[in-house]
Amino acid sequence: MLELIVISTLNGVLFGMLLFLMASGLTVIFSMLGVLNFAHASFYMLGAFFGFQISRWFGFWPALLIAPLLAGAIGAGVERYGLRRVHKNGHVAELLFTFGLAFAIEEIVQIIWGKSPVDFRVPPLLDFPAFTIFSTNYPAYKIFMLLVSVAIFAALLITLKKTRIGLIVQAALTHPHMVGHLGHNVGRIFMLVFGVGTALAAVAGVIAGPALVTQSNMAGLLGPILFVVVVVGGLGSLPGAFVASLLIGLVQTFAVSINGSLSEAFGPLSPAYATTWLADIWNVTVAQIAPIMPYVLLVLILIFRPMGLLGTRDT
Amino acid sequence: MSDLTSSAAPPYPATAEKFKFYGLWVAAAIALLVLPKLFSSGGSLTTFSLIGISIIFSLSYNILLGQTGLLSFGHAVYYGLGGFLVIHAINIIGMNKLPIPLPVVPLIGGLTGLLFAVLLGWVSTQRSGTAFAMISLGVAELVASSALILRTFFGGEAGISANRTKLFRVFDWSFGPQIQIYYLVAAWTLLAVIAMYALTRTPLGRMCNAVRDNPERVQFVGYDPHVVRYLAFCFSGFFAGIAGALAAINFEIANSAYLGAVQSGTVLFATYIGGVGFFIGPIIGAIFVTLLSLGLSDLTPVWQLYFGLIFIAVVMFAPGGITGLLMMHRPLLKAGRLSKVLPSYLIAFVPTLAMIVGLILAIETTVHFTVNPGEDSHIKAFGVRFDAANPYIWAMAAILLIGGFLVARKTWTWVGHAWDDATSVAREKGVAS
Amino acid sequence: MRKLMTAAAFALLTFGSTAMAQETLKIGYIDPLSGGGASIGEVGLKTFQFIADELNAKGGIQGKKVEIVPLDNKTNPQESLIQAQKAIDAGVRYITQGNGSSVAGALSDFVTKFNERNPGKEVLYFNYAAVDPVLTNAKCSFWHFRWDANSDIKMEALTNYMKTASSIKKLYLINQDYSFGESVRSTAKAMLAVKRPDIQIVGDELHPLLKITDFAPYIAKIKASGADTVVTGNWGQDFALLLKAAADAGLKVNWYTYYAGGTGGPTAVKQANLNHQVFQVSEGIPNLDNKPSQDFEKALRAKYDFSLFYPRAVNEMRMLAAAADKAKSIDPVKVAMALEGMEFEVFNGGKGYMRKDDHQFFQPIYISSFGERTEKEPFDEEKTGWGWKLIAKIDTPATVLPTTCKMERPN
Repeated sequence: MLELIVISTLNGVLFGMLLFLMASGLTVIFSMLGVLNFAHASFYMLGAFFGFQISRWFGFWPALLIAPLLAGAIGAGVERYGLRRVHKNGHVAELLFTFGLAFAIEEIVQIIWGKSPVDFRVPPLLDFPAFTIFSTNYPAYKIFMLLVSVAIFAALLITLKKTRIGLIVQAALTHPHMVGHLGHNVGRIFMLVFGVGTALAAVAGVIAGPALVTQSNMAGLLGPILFVVVVVGGLGSLPGAFVASLLIGLVQTFAVSINGSLSEAFGPLSPAYATTWLADIWNVTVAQIAPIMPYVLLVLILIFRPMGLLGTRDT
Repeated sequence: MSDLTSSAAPPYPATAEKFKFYGLWVAAAIALLVLPKLFSSGGSLTTFSLIGISIIFSLSYNILLGQTGLLSFGHAVYYGLGGFLVIHAINIIGMNKLPIPLPVVPLIGGLTGLLFAVLLGWVSTQRSGTAFAMISLGVAELVASSALILRTFFGGEAGISANRTKLFRVFDWSFGPQIQIYYLVAAWTLLAVIAMYALTRTPLGRMCNAVRDNPERVQFVGYDPHVVRYLAFCFSGFFAGIAGALAAINFEIANSAYLGAVQSGTVLFATYIGGVGFFIGPIIGAIFVTLLSLGLSDLTPVWQLYFGLIFIAVVMFAPGGITGLLMMHRPLLKAGRLSKVLPSYLIAFVPTLAMIVGLILAIETTVHFTVNPGEDSHIKAFGVRFDAANPYIWAMAAILLIGGFLVARKTWTWVGHAWDDATSVAREKGVAS
Repeated sequence: MRKLMTAAAFALLTFGSTAMAQETLKIGYIDPLSGGGASIGEVGLKTFQFIADELNAKGGIQGKKVEIVPLDNKTNPQESLIQAQKAIDAGVRYITQGNGSSVAGALSDFVTKFNERNPGKEVLYFNYAAVDPVLTNAKCSFWHFRWDANSDIKMEALTNYMKTASSIKKLYLINQDYSFGESVRSTAKAMLAVKRPDIQIVGDELHPLLKITDFAPYIAKIKASGADTVVTGNWGQDFALLLKAAADAGLKVNWYTYYAGGTGGPTAVKQANLNHQVFQVSEGIPNLDNKPSQDFEKALRAKYDFSLFYPRAVNEMRMLAAAADKAKSIDPVKVAMALEGMEFEVFNGGKGYMRKDDHQFFQPIYISSFGERTEKEPFDEEKTGWGWKLIAKIDTPATVLPTTCKMERPN
């Protein structure tokens, strides 16, 4: 039992931190531009595939640097030539634009790299078990993922709250004209923010690619969960996204490790239920519904605390 | 006070206007009757039935998006649940030999949609905007996942099937042949379209518009925007349920794909591409997207890419959708200035078409070399055969794409000028604002 | 306006396809050719085209050229029905499909109803890979023929092998939460309880289909249970990610699988470095000592960059030809009658037969493991350098299971 708890906690934190790596970019974009970027997970995927391609040519470490830059440049281009145009048509149009973009990016990735998973390996430098606990190995690579996430969280928080750049960016959101009058190029600020946000997603992609599977459906797999994270954490709140990522990582991992079902808990009390169509609800285990837990959380949060856990403004 | 209201009310429509209005519906009915005489193959009847279903579904979606300003990512929930209930209903009716004929069965789907909208709508519509969009996404994921877990009711991923011919028969219609299903769908489509059009003319329909445009103002005049959104949501769920029911009757099967994100996404595509600003928009969108999704996959393997690109293009260049684009020209037509713009369209059309052809050529040759590298390079896309390995083709693609883009950019500024001139004339005549 | 014109053009294309004269024997191939399932669907399509070319080189079927008509169903049952309708309009009388039991169920149902409502225009449905047992049991149809061993038959074969494998002590079941995964787990439990009551089932897991990105929590559970063997029906990414997580956590067990040989599977096994620890139950592997099948394999690999994953597709097409010869006609009803009970020398050698009661094909089943090769294993998979090694052959009689099918035959 203790073994399962310790290991589940570790796994939950690891998964949570990976979620945070992606959610951080989404949150930054939302808090600055007010755009909920549906294509965010697509940039995560682009990061993974760029990372795969570059690491084939130059190795993993250059890829970790170049792939996010590339994806960020594409992101900035999307903002400059796409989103900015759509902006005047309102938020729904912006949301739909990113929706269509997600569609197109997935297809383009399929055209270039095919539909099967590509062979993206963990760099040899990190390909060893970091430690063994209860005879389960913990790969050094996962610890590396953890460290990168924490570092990015700290760096982002400091940049936004403590530096001059962060100040200008935040001011540009609420008072774009004023910031413009002060001589800053608001358009360029937005473009850079979008570029940085997508680059962050791409960092997550390069790091997660070897740990998970690099495949053209990876965006679709994680996309919806990302929205859950940012909404549960509070739209636009970086600490909120951090807490929500951990929460969802842990909830999902622990739910998987529980076998209990209603029939196990109350089975002897009313065996009559087991034969009706209620049998499904009766027999389903907690582990089986683990992956839909985040959505339950999402709906509950939106009903009872619409600003999210640590959010300040109403969604 | 009394003359204020009377003068604010719209003038009573002239007889000629009324005649035109009812004439339109009658014409639509006749068109629906005649259509299968022109195209009678099983495939085209299926296509028409699917278009009808898609029209109801898209219009029901537009009650939310276009009329009330609610962006939903989970509209398929009500469509799918309607479908499932109807399949169960057909099985139960058939087994117990109840005197209920098939034509009224879609109503069961509608009521199911309504019931679930009533249940889930109250919490969903508490807020509009992003919160509503997210909650609809969450609910949709929950319902779709539950469908796979609750096997007895939803039949797992295989779904449940029924036989529509085993029901109580009127006029000896068995509803086996597709033509009979076509007429069933057509009749329901006409009914639902009329009902939804009438809905937009009611005070509720007007309040929905008001909630979309300015919810605070709505509160000031004594309405609760939440209640208005909720009512709109319920109506939308009802019609979505009817659409789902018709789909279930058409396919005689219901499965979790009905409830899924793809279905929700498709209706969003159709509605938005058609145009959310006009009642007829979603109808055009439904026709366009259904034909596209059925036909495009025969023409090219990467149809999804074109789908995405078309959607992006519409969002970027025609936020009003296809109908929005067409309706923009109405003032010009009234002012008699349309002829001034058309030549510039023709000029712009040529390079734009060249650019699109270049893009398609580039995409298809790339696809050939990345997806099927080892195979015969003579490929067929959009019904045209060409050699993807031929450098002339590459050169042509590049020239068309880049040249077309450069020229098109130039010509579209001319279109802009011609447009400005024409509208200013129209404005002087007082037919455009 | 241009959009409307394109729409009209599509409309004409959609409706313009009228029934063609039967100069060719058209086989409608309905499987995913776009979207997530396309990588599998395309391999299947090329395999069928390759077999059709082989048949055409020998003069076709009853003098008619065989043509495979690709139809993209986007792995969606509704879309499959539309495509089937389209195929029928284009003069197709034989359709074949394999990916997804939900699609198979919908198609079988559709074909049955269509034939009932359109006598004289019958259509046959050949199923080459959908393994849900229900298709040849409770929901069987005269118009449906299945060449793949259904999941119960494979489990029968697998458990017959396990009967002799005394090293298995603690067994863990992990499967996808849908009809196929459900049937794997329930049959495994039922059959092992009879054949090897001493095996302790230490875990029984169902996880959502194609939704898990990280299997680490599941691996932790397997590890905690102390299992020495895992049985899984997982395929695609669910298989690859499961093995990846197992390798990361250092889990050392034997894996008994249905679909380790599917697209991406061999790569995943190689990456996880599980040398001869992953077993597969299938109706054939390339490295069997059988000259005709090895020659076929060589020819296929020379043309495409994949190996033959569907020996059953070869059986299907060759049996179609044999049945047409026997009936001296390509009329679907006559061919169906000829197929019933037909005995056939299968692709990998050995006798197989199409059972009349339920239209399920029975054939020898092989247990093989994936890993480093010796000179007896000439073929590798997915350029990994590793290949399949034969572990055991279960002969046809040991794979036969009773059926509950009550078939309604046309008069």
